[in-house]
Amino acid sequence: MAQIVIDTANHIAGYAAKAARVKVVAAYPITPQTTVVEKIAEFVENGEMDAEYIRVESEHSAMAACIGAAAAGVRTFTATSAHGLALMHEALHWASGARLPIVMVVVNRAMGAPWSIWPDFSDSLSQRDTGWIQFYCADNQEVFDTIIQAYRLCEDERVFLPAMVCLEGFILSHTYMPVKIHDQEEIDAFLPPYKSGWTLDVNNPLTHANLVSPDWYMEFRYMIQEAMENAKRLIPEIDKEYGKRFGFQYGGLIEKYRCEDAELVICTMGTMGAEAKIAVDNLRREGLKVGVARVRVFRPFPVEEIRKLAEQTRMITTIDRHISFGMEGFLATEVKASIYHMKNKPLVAGFIAGLGGRDVTFKTIESIAKKSMKWLEKGRVEKETEWVDLKE
Amino acid sequence: MKIPKTLKEMPLTPLSLPTIGSMGKTGTWRTFRPIIDYSKCTKCTLCWIYCPDAAITRRDDDSPEIDYEYCKGCGICANECPVKAIAMKREEE
Repeated sequence: MAQIVIDTANHIAGYAAKAARVKVVAAYPITPQTTVVEKIAEFVENGEMDAEYIRVESEHSAMAACIGAAAAGVRTFTATSAHGLALMHEALHWASGARLPIVMVVVNRAMGAPWSIWPDFSDSLSQRDTGWIQFYCADNQEVFDTIIQAYRLCEDERVFLPAMVCLEGFILSHTYMPVKIHDQEEIDAFLPPYKSGWTLDVNNPLTHANLVSPDWYMEFRYMIQEAMENAKRLIPEIDKEYGKRFGFQYGGLIEKYRCEDAELVICTMGTMGAEAKIAVDNLRREGLKVGVARVRVFRPFPVEEIRKLAEQTRMITTIDRHISFGMEGFLATEVKASIYHMKNKPLVAGFIAGLGGRDVTFKTIESIAKKSMKWLEKGRVEKETEWVDLKE
Repeated sequence: MKIPKTLKEMPLTPLSLPTIGSMGKTGTWRTFRPIIDYSKCTKCTLCWIYCPDAAITRRDDDSPEIDYEYCKGCGICANECPVKAIAMKREEE
């Protein structure tokens, strides 16, 4: 039977791992680890979850253990945050290259130095090119639902890639919200047992990820790119089916809000996408035609969806909780790259906001929108990258 | 084994089945050669356990035998031997 649980996104992620019938969880238990794995340890200890819980000495080892477990053919989960994810970096490539559908929760926290424990996307976006699918959530319910959806997607034979389910530290990780934990039988029907693409088996030994000469390496890379394209097609389908079954749907790759007649679309990720809805409602009351497009999946990037948006609107303003030093926010770059070949391109402005956990409220977003509207009236973007609320 | 010609014939990720010498005769990589002094050997089999290349086999009486076609000369066996029965000698000596 379905039940409503009021809890933090971290604990809800634990509920989702249990509901997904994960068989192996490998995790480093100390900072920057979060209560995601504490909840799971509790479930395993009290017998509610039939899983092997492996405590390891580092995040690099956590991912290595997940790779081994997934290669042995079982559903595998881990969670980390910030510098823990950075330490995993090398192993992330091995997981995607071995085409293992590991799902990992990343509690987004800013990278040091200077040391910070507050949220931004610099940890997970630094892992952009590791071949992992990346989801970004806006509330605790979406965290639960996305973890279930992610297993279904990653274990599809057309995909066979790992995924990160990202949620912002504190804003979601420590905030209590009511979440519907769906009926277990319904979840089992949506998410059948994992069938691996290849399996390590002591009775039929083989080696994986062995040396590949220049004659073959490119083809293996191309297959990952193909799998990403397949994921782009499958994510909206899975989201739709999930919505029909459970009543929660998130727009697939991108969640649009009041974009139909919008002259300005605010494009952002995570909780800023939820906050922007409030800003849009307020701005609409003032007569400003503004909408929000929340990029829910950053890899694969929803290029076609951005193009569709660009056809309907006069300006796209990106808000990045991240900076690619020496360039701009990733979202700004990706949006501009997506629309380059269009004939009539909208204006694009990039705003950097909320780094290291600085609050991005609906008021912040309203002022960003108003500034963008001014540039739209003038017909040109006066500053390509603007840092919001900077002490200048 | 059939060698694939296109992407469609390739596996998801490179997988290889156990085979002797898939990288060729790796013994040619060796600079130092392990030499067992059987008069000192206690047949403890530690060298056989530690050899990372499985280039040491166990005879019927548990005494070790080194396969010089594949031994890369890493010296781990000599380091692990508790009775110093394995010496590492330069190849040209």
